[in-house]
Amino acid sequence: MVRDVAFGQYFPGKSLMHRLDPRAKLICFIAFVVLIFFTFNYAALGLVAAFTVFMISMSGVSPKFYFKSLKVILFVVLITSVLNLFYGSGDPIWQWWILRVTWNGIHRAVFVTVRIICLILASSCLTFTTSPTELTDAMERLMKPLSKIHFPVHEIAMMMSLALRFVPTLLEETDKIMQAQKARGADLESGGFFKRVKALIPILIPLFVSAFRRAYDIATAMECRCYRGGSGRTRMKILRMRAKDILSMITTAALIGGVIVCNIFLTSVI
Amino acid sequence: MFISIENVFFSYDSVEDGKPVKNAVDGVSLTVEQGEFVAVIGHNGCGKSTLAKHLNAMLLPDSGKVYVDGDDTADENKTWDIRGKVGLVLQNPDNQLVASIVEEDVAFGPENLGVPPKEIRERVDNALKAVGMYEYRMHAPYKLSGGQKQRVAIAGILAIQPQCIVLDEPTAMLDPSGREEVMSTLVRLNKELGITVVLITHYMDEAVRAGRVVVMDSGRVLTQGTPGEVFSQVELLKKHRLDVPQAAELAFRLKGCGVDIEHIPLDEEECAKMLLEVMK
Amino acid sequence: MSHILELKNLSFVYGQGTPFEKKAVDDLSATIEKGEFIGIIGHTGSGKSTLVQMLNGLMKPTGGQVLLDGRDIWSEPKKIREIRFRVGMVFQYPEYQLFEDTVYKDIAFGAKNKGLEGDALDKAVRKAAEFTGLKAELLDKSPFDLSGGEKRRAAIAGVMAMEPEVLILDEPTAGLDPMGREILLSQIVNYHRERGITVLLVSHSMEDIARVADRIMVMSHGSLHDFDKTKNVFAKGDELSRIGLKVPQITRIMQLLRESGADVPDGVLTVDEALEVLSSLLKKEGKLW
Repeated sequence: MVRDVAFGQYFPGKSLMHRLDPRAKLICFIAFVVLIFFTFNYAALGLVAAFTVFMISMSGVSPKFYFKSLKVILFVVLITSVLNLFYGSGDPIWQWWILRVTWNGIHRAVFVTVRIICLILASSCLTFTTSPTELTDAMERLMKPLSKIHFPVHEIAMMMSLALRFVPTLLEETDKIMQAQKARGADLESGGFFKRVKALIPILIPLFVSAFRRAYDIATAMECRCYRGGSGRTRMKILRMRAKDILSMITTAALIGGVIVCNIFLTSVI
Repeated sequence: MFISIENVFFSYDSVEDGKPVKNAVDGVSLTVEQGEFVAVIGHNGCGKSTLAKHLNAMLLPDSGKVYVDGDDTADENKTWDIRGKVGLVLQNPDNQLVASIVEEDVAFGPENLGVPPKEIRERVDNALKAVGMYEYRMHAPYKLSGGQKQRVAIAGILAIQPQCIVLDEPTAMLDPSGREEVMSTLVRLNKELGITVVLITHYMDEAVRAGRVVVMDSGRVLTQGTPGEVFSQVELLKKHRLDVPQAAELAFRLKGCGVDIEHIPLDEEECAKMLLEVMK
Repeated sequence: MSHILELKNLSFVYGQGTPFEKKAVDDLSATIEKGEFIGIIGHTGSGKSTLVQMLNGLMKPTGGQVLLDGRDIWSEPKKIREIRFRVGMVFQYPEYQLFEDTVYKDIAFGAKNKGLEGDALDKAVRKAAEFTGLKAELLDKSPFDLSGGEKRRAAIAGVMAMEPEVLILDEPTAGLDPMGREILLSQIVNYHRERGITVLLVSHSMEDIARVADRIMVMSHGSLHDFDKTKNVFAKGDELSRIGLKVPQITRIMQLLRESGADVPDGVLTVDEALEVLSSLLKKEGKLW
């Protein structure tokens, strides 16, 4: 069922990762994601992978859920690593028909696999330990300077947090609509591409109609609760950077330094 | 008096030609006193929901006036004051929870009002305790049952600290246990915190628990009074095809057969007692 | 009479093999006769929804069998769609399933999937609209322009038009006002009587169930707590309240009278019935002429 997806969920808790300031987490996360793609040798890759494991162990969320989030993209990982395996340059060490495997190909496959896995695990770690509200809140505050040039920071953040709030609700609804149309004999499982696309119409139209109705209701509810845009709003949770947040950013900076050093002093393998 | 509705008319514009269609609210005058528990009943389309939206300036009358605590709802400068005094809870609990965590949702109202963070925290905790959802403050709304969601929605309004809560068919989408959760919460808020409650519903067994019942039909007030007064008018209610508690119906029909019955009972215990009396 | 549905040791476990394993329906057996009107009661989470979705093959039982007219519905998994035409299912708040540009086309959707066409299709659609009290002039309108109650009718008609042998309705009257509830309920009763098919009605309203059902399935914690004639089920008020269910108000009143020593029967279901009992009792005692 669509609802079983673990990726993007939030698990309330009190671990170190949970207690970090979401702004610090967001900054570290962005830096880390960029860093993942600047690993060119095994030492650097090892550092990144080790750091990922460290983050997971600090999150207090059962590894089970991390595996679950990996399961969703297992297929993508497999395809890309197999493709990379056969697209390497250099001397072939194995060849059959047009398929040739080179050392370069093997390295590429390993790197792409580890990178994607680290990327997914890191983003899971972020969403598992940070509520959507915190996340959008952090984004809103980090982008605040942009509102000086009339960039709608608050509006975008509000839209994002509403969207995140309603993802599970809409997934549940999709499920319900699918069941109802199947009960009327809708055939969602067989036929060619066009037939399948056509079969989606009875699901998409009700979904859109209900999403619009919901949007209208939500707007009314927000107005009833005195919402009138971002000006004059306060927040219940005050974000405060503490020692542990600074420390987490220093750790990330150290990791960046380590990877840079590895890249400078060791030769690239891909 | 806290809310005063004076000869209000209102009609929606037609989707087809943009012209007003028949009046949804057709000349209603009504008052609500501080601390009252008023139930408004009637069919779908009788104008009760439209009337509810007039109480917190979500809709403004075409003609007539609505005063909340002395302020005219048509006065734009007062709109936000009024919404701070009269909170509106809607029918679909899913569509009024805006945050992904219960306590963050409850904080939404006071945040909009610019309340200082420390006070928001207090208000959120108190509101959640008042509806019995404090233990669930860290939960995700979509995982709650219907009754729990609706209680969180009520807490979200309570955190604004209104004097009056208006609820537009809050139990229509709930199962019996969810309905009971919401109803007992409302009764308690009214009794213990003195909050004025205006409950729009089409369940008669809920209306029975109010202090005063207003029956609406075709945009007008058909009759009003204590539950006892209203539900003893079995004939009138039946004529307008409104539900009557089975206890009241039985008593009324026995009376019609010539049995000597003075008071029309509203619940089962009362009815059984009355019948035993008659049979003695 | 012959069995239309036979449930044999039916079970459904969510997330089987995971730590989140949850038994929704547990080893349930029951037999339903052709033409019966069955009420299904039980509070939220008792397994009602899972049970009914297994009856038309929307959910595949993790254990046991559903026999429709003596045949296991999963004997040919490829043909499970055909079962859905024979066992029609109306979900809660079915109006969200409307999607076509006219009401007519929407009602025809299921029947067309079943393979009806031409006159037979037209007849099925119009008959279904009639059963649910949808006026003919509404059929050319967009379903999204209908009122809430009319949408509900259109959605129910869409399942009736498939001309199923068994019709399951999950809380068809939820959210309607008393008048709407009453009218829809009598239309369903009418439909049942005219077509002679089997109807399963899931409802939280004991008053409604008491009025229409021949027999009641009482669900509790995934098992069949009781399956008996309506009168007998509601005669056991204490037992029902122990699993969080109520009896109709009128039944409760009569039960209270009985407990106080009055000579009234058990399991009185409607106001009419109670009135009859009481007036004859009063006449006997000379309090009423």
